[in-house]
Amino acid sequence: MDRTRIEDPWGRRTPFARGHMWPERVDEYFTDGVRAEDVQEWVPAASILDSNGDAMDIAVMDGRMVGVRGRATDRVNRGRLDIKSLHGWESGSSRDRLTTPMVREGGELVPTDWDTAMGRVVERCRRELESKGPRAISFYTSGQLFAEEYYTLTTIARAGIGTDHLDGNTRLCTATAGEALKETFGSDGQPASYADIDHADVIALFGHNVAETQPVLWMRILDRLAGEDPPRLLVVDPRRTVVAEHATVHLAPRPGTNLALLNALLHEVIERDHVDHAFVEEHTVGYGTLADEVADCTPEWAAQVCGLEATDIVAAAELVGGAERLLATVLQGVYQSHQATATAVQVNNLVLLRGMLARPGCGVLQMNGQPTAENTRECGADGDLPAFRNWQNDEHIRQLAEIWNVDMMQVPHHSPPTHVMEMFHHMQEGTITFLWISATNPAVSLPELARIRSILSDENLFVVVQDIFPTETTALADVVLPAAGWGEKTGTFTNTDRTVHLTERAVDPPGQARPDLDIFLDFAARMELTDRDGGPLVTWHDPESAFEAWKRCSAGRPCDYSGMSYDLLRERGGIQWPCTEERPDGTERLYEDGGFWAAPALCETYGRDLVTGASVQPTDYKALNPHGKAVLKGATYLPPHEEPDDEYPMYLTTGRTIYHFHTRTKTGRAPELNDAAPRVWVELSETDATEIGVAEGDRVQVSTPRGAMRGEVRLGDCRPGVAFVPFHYGYWDTDHPTGPPSEADGRAANETTVTDWDPVSKQPMFKLGVARIEKVTS
Amino acid sequence: MKAGLEYALTKLHQGENKVAEHLQVMLARHPSDHEVHHVAIDLLRWSRENVRQLADAAAGYDVQLSAEAGQPSAEEALARAATVEEVTPLTLLDDVRTLYLLAAETSLDWEMLAQHAQAAREADLLQLSKKRHPQTQRQMKWANTMLKVRSPQTLASMD
Repeated sequence: MDRTRIEDPWGRRTPFARGHMWPERVDEYFTDGVRAEDVQEWVPAASILDSNGDAMDIAVMDGRMVGVRGRATDRVNRGRLDIKSLHGWESGSSRDRLTTPMVREGGELVPTDWDTAMGRVVERCRRELESKGPRAISFYTSGQLFAEEYYTLTTIARAGIGTDHLDGNTRLCTATAGEALKETFGSDGQPASYADIDHADVIALFGHNVAETQPVLWMRILDRLAGEDPPRLLVVDPRRTVVAEHATVHLAPRPGTNLALLNALLHEVIERDHVDHAFVEEHTVGYGTLADEVADCTPEWAAQVCGLEATDIVAAAELVGGAERLLATVLQGVYQSHQATATAVQVNNLVLLRGMLARPGCGVLQMNGQPTAENTRECGADGDLPAFRNWQNDEHIRQLAEIWNVDMMQVPHHSPPTHVMEMFHHMQEGTITFLWISATNPAVSLPELARIRSILSDENLFVVVQDIFPTETTALADVVLPAAGWGEKTGTFTNTDRTVHLTERAVDPPGQARPDLDIFLDFAARMELTDRDGGPLVTWHDPESAFEAWKRCSAGRPCDYSGMSYDLLRERGGIQWPCTEERPDGTERLYEDGGFWAAPALCETYGRDLVTGASVQPTDYKALNPHGKAVLKGATYLPPHEEPDDEYPMYLTTGRTIYHFHTRTKTGRAPELNDAAPRVWVELSETDATEIGVAEGDRVQVSTPRGAMRGEVRLGDCRPGVAFVPFHYGYWDTDHPTGPPSEADGRAANETTVTDWDPVSKQPMFKLGVARIEKVTS
Repeated sequence: MKAGLEYALTKLHQGENKVAEHLQVMLARHPSDHEVHHVAIDLLRWSRENVRQLADAAAGYDVQLSAEAGQPSAEEALARAATVEEVTPLTLLDDVRTLYLLAAETSLDWEMLAQHAQAAREADLLQLSKKRHPQTQRQMKWANTMLKVRSPQTLASMD
């Protein structure tokens, strides 16, 4: 079945009617020669190769993984697996796993033992702390670790070291989702649930290529489309994706103009009075200001700005305006583009104006990019504070200080925690001199790679990298720590719709590789981090005790885990938070009782200016929203900072393919996935290809003011004037594994992307650059 | 009444011009400080728009003000940016302070204009102030936030 699944990634349809239960369909894959009945042990897990959190079981024989099977009873996937989950696990046994710690000696990384490697890390960390203080120390983590690991890292960084320089790769994929939810609902937390797919009559997808980014969720939509009373889709994407092909209305706006389009949709909803006034009156503040903001944003105006037909915008507005049960979803097309948070907030506004919240089939899913992104947000490993606490609220800081038994002054809360792009700025100016990277690959994933490589190579910066494979980033490290991978360690993680799964150790990690949690615990012990009574700061010792510690931290907050346990997760499979004594089965939809976490004493943020990112002061927020309603916050469209010109006549947008995850370090080592998409490509419309004088398969160079990369032309359905390059490809599997020796060898999309980000969420702008594309003749 | 109006409009126009000029210098001085650079582009657009709308409004009262923000040329901005010998993290703090103070002055000038407009029943000017004064206040808030975010790192790292 695997061959056909590579060709038909969404597999067989199991149609179902609106409001009915999504039928089961169990997907499985075994290595050659293994049959299901041979399997000695099935170990529960969930997929960490996208943000859907598909439940599965790992097949084990003689101490090794031999296959996987989707779990039929789980609410998220009802047995289905996407192709990355079916095949990606094979990379775990690839021969180039990191199996020993390494330290840099005379410019070269040489194998060593844990004592030596950790000794160096601790010695250097202590030295920087003593000479420069905690602000010289920084941590950059992942969207792929477990909640237990993030919470431990957060405790170490915030309460132990006392630095505010801790962020995750989730900054690149989910920061806007979190920020948009905070701006509207006062606190992070996904309002809707995947089950809302089953009930919606209109699904509006904004910059969300669900078919490739969350294939199992797309299977659910496809099954509804194939069943009785199917939903109608509104798709906003500059490419005619597979999703767009199923749309009732597809809008392909000019890159950088999402906010103009959203404002026009809001304008129409108000103009045609599709507003649920009773809901708006009872549950929101700010309607008047929002209505003023969009008063002039007619479809004709937006059509000009976005390069669309006004009639199509009206059709889109009628679709969402006439919906009985509207579900809106948002992903990178919004999050990684211009005015990201401002736009994502307007999607929330659309749902609120229509009164589409907290009922089956209604709501908004501000999607996550990475599989465990939700946990970096919850656990405070991404520039938030644990359990959605507010850095401007002293009572919240007091709670944290009490939980950690440290002085309040020890927990940095003088300004929002530092985001990764700002951390790299401080490294560049020389005020951060210690960086510990865990489970991510910034030398391929961050924008403007030449700059990133130069910062990471600076000899004044001490770089520790913890990973499972050699990467472009480990190549620049001073110390490399080999970590255990998925199926080799135990922990929990939470998907986009708040579903928590336990994923357990099925096999031993190779060589000396250790679970990330053990590495962090070892560091805390060697650093002798203590609480205010002189006892150890980190009081837990394994995944389950770390989970119990995290539960205590989460109690009483929106992401309350206190009703969960490892045993319950083993017994029940996925459970959605909040899960408490009063709600032992978890919570399918937030805000069903009409209350938000937006009251001044409760909220995670008082908000930011949607254009400048300036923090709103507590007094202003209290005046605006004393009763903790949802906030309707408008924003003015601004032109992007960079637009095509004679030198760089095209827009460039980067993105994903279904066959790969992140920087391909795992999926590029799974033969089936690698073979399905082995090389980077440059997708062009036929119009542009003709203009440039290239045909399918020709080699082109993409040049921007930042750098260049090369790839093969693939003719696609991009909006004319827009080129698309997948961001997954780097250098570890080329002749120059650390980076391109010249521009002609560039193949990472991020050689070309701009160092610019949304001022509110600080999420970099990977979807909006300008480029020149030329045929490579030599 | 005319003299008072002219005074208020001219003062505010000068203030908006100063903010615009300073933002231009910041853009030239901190090109690789991306957090500053990109937002400053948007802030500068506001100042220029304020200058333009002020000039339009003033014309209705026979007060002649330039519609173009008195922006230095790119060379001038670079030259002014270069008056600081070495751009350090502290330079940025200084620049953010200056921006805050210039915007605060300008904000007061907006107040003055609005009060006068109200007293003199000049609805158009009052409306203009309602619409454009907030941008000046947002410039202040951004400068304040930047100072909060940056000063701990900058001051803690000083030798």
